[in-house]
Amino acid sequence: METVLGRYRNLIVLVGILFAQVVGLAVQVKRTTETESSLLIRVWAVHAVTPLEKGLGWVQTSSSSLWRNYLYLRGVRAENRDLKQQLEQLHIEQARLKQDADQAQRLQSLLAFRQQYISETLAAQVIGSSGSDQSHSVYIDKGAHDGLKPDMAVITLDGVVGKVLRVFPYTSLVLLIDDPSSGVGVILDKARLQGVLRGTPAGEITVERVMADEQVPVGEKVLTSGGDQIFVKGLPVGTVTQVKPGAELFLSIHVRPAANLNKLEEVLVVTRKVEKQAEPGDAGPVRASDILALRLPSVPLKDAPNAGDVSAEKSPSDSGKKPIPPAKSQPSPENPPR
Amino acid sequence: MSRTSTSGAQVEVFSFSAPVTFGIPLIAIFLQAWLPLRLSWFSVLDLPLLVTIFFAMARRNPITGLLTGTFIGLFQDALTHQALGVYGIAKTVVGYGASSLGIRIDSENPGARMLLTLVFYVVHKSVYFLIAAGLVGQSLRWDWLHEISSAVANAIFGVLLYSLLDRFKRRI
Repeated sequence: METVLGRYRNLIVLVGILFAQVVGLAVQVKRTTETESSLLIRVWAVHAVTPLEKGLGWVQTSSSSLWRNYLYLRGVRAENRDLKQQLEQLHIEQARLKQDADQAQRLQSLLAFRQQYISETLAAQVIGSSGSDQSHSVYIDKGAHDGLKPDMAVITLDGVVGKVLRVFPYTSLVLLIDDPSSGVGVILDKARLQGVLRGTPAGEITVERVMADEQVPVGEKVLTSGGDQIFVKGLPVGTVTQVKPGAELFLSIHVRPAANLNKLEEVLVVTRKVEKQAEPGDAGPVRASDILALRLPSVPLKDAPNAGDVSAEKSPSDSGKKPIPPAKSQPSPENPPR
Repeated sequence: MSRTSTSGAQVEVFSFSAPVTFGIPLIAIFLQAWLPLRLSWFSVLDLPLLVTIFFAMARRNPITGLLTGTFIGLFQDALTHQALGVYGIAKTVVGYGASSLGIRIDSENPGARMLLTLVFYVVHKSVYFLIAAGLVGQSLRWDWLHEISSAVANAIFGVLLYSLLDRFKRRI
């Protein structure tokens, strides 16, 4: 007996270790995620790796910030001029959009429509990844001490990134939307079709549960629908790149994410959402033409063919659908609105 | 210098200091988690696997090899959001296999090292795939072209890495 044990000792240890891990796996697969998150080995692993990641991240950010902000300022003047021009254009666009938003808000108030809004976000730095191709997740430098909780939405200015999956004292694990185990309730912007956004093993993202007889054009914007109770409605998710027949009478809609998930540096965690009902008072009687009149008091009517349309002197009914002229000057205290 | 005798062949057995034993796997796991965010091509490499193979081949003890694989694999699992044990099992098998083969062949030769790394990369991926798809129920995609090219990349990088790590070896 001793000879047999001695002879096959290595193999017996191998089988024993493998058996223990298989049993451990089987137990975990049956458990919920919340129970799993408290495993000590995860805490140790995260505590061993993330301080290094944070430290190196800090060094990298500091050195690149020093370079960008103090040493490499070539072309900043020209860029600043371009940005000012863009800002002027955006002011006009904002005025037009505000009119549309006000109108929508008035309609919503009439329908007693309740909607969630993002009321508080927390900026966080991406410090590391899971280190596995099969696990599309990243670590951020904010955790329970900063008020983070599981299932909080994580976004960038470009679009949706994912959700907080596990929270450690000073770091958190964020599950990206391109992971096969993630799921986001989405709506196609123009077609108004709802579906579920999921990652594929190949690292792509697709919209599922859209019937095969629906028409979905390539280039259609994909937004969050708010149905998953994690992301508020209307956040940009991506753009449809390919539509083909999928399994079981559903379409397979491939989406290019709005946020660059491969080059994440800074993200925003939505720490607070509020649900409010639009009130008639919110919309107010302000029209786009009034806002433009305030912002562009010095635009001469005769120089711009359509300028008269947006002037406060014109009747409100005329101003609604006319094109808005480009801005000629910044609003200033010396040019009071008429 | 002590030598172990197997099938008439004389092979050297090496050991490592405690800081190297714990520090190098930790650095490998850290780099695997940190570098792909900065250099996306780096995700093709599997540093924890290469370190497992290196330690297993150098120590030439199957039990030490499989335990090294187990700990590195479980540690790697702990950083993902998946169940613990998938990488653990895959690297346990690789640790055992690499150390068992290390007794029988000259694993100091760069050509042998490259071939062994290539083979163990495919073994590691196959075991991972079987466990993740079969036991955990993950949906995975097996792409031969991708796996073979990744295996070659790891084998080439592995040979360079091993020659660097050879400096930390101590003869028993």
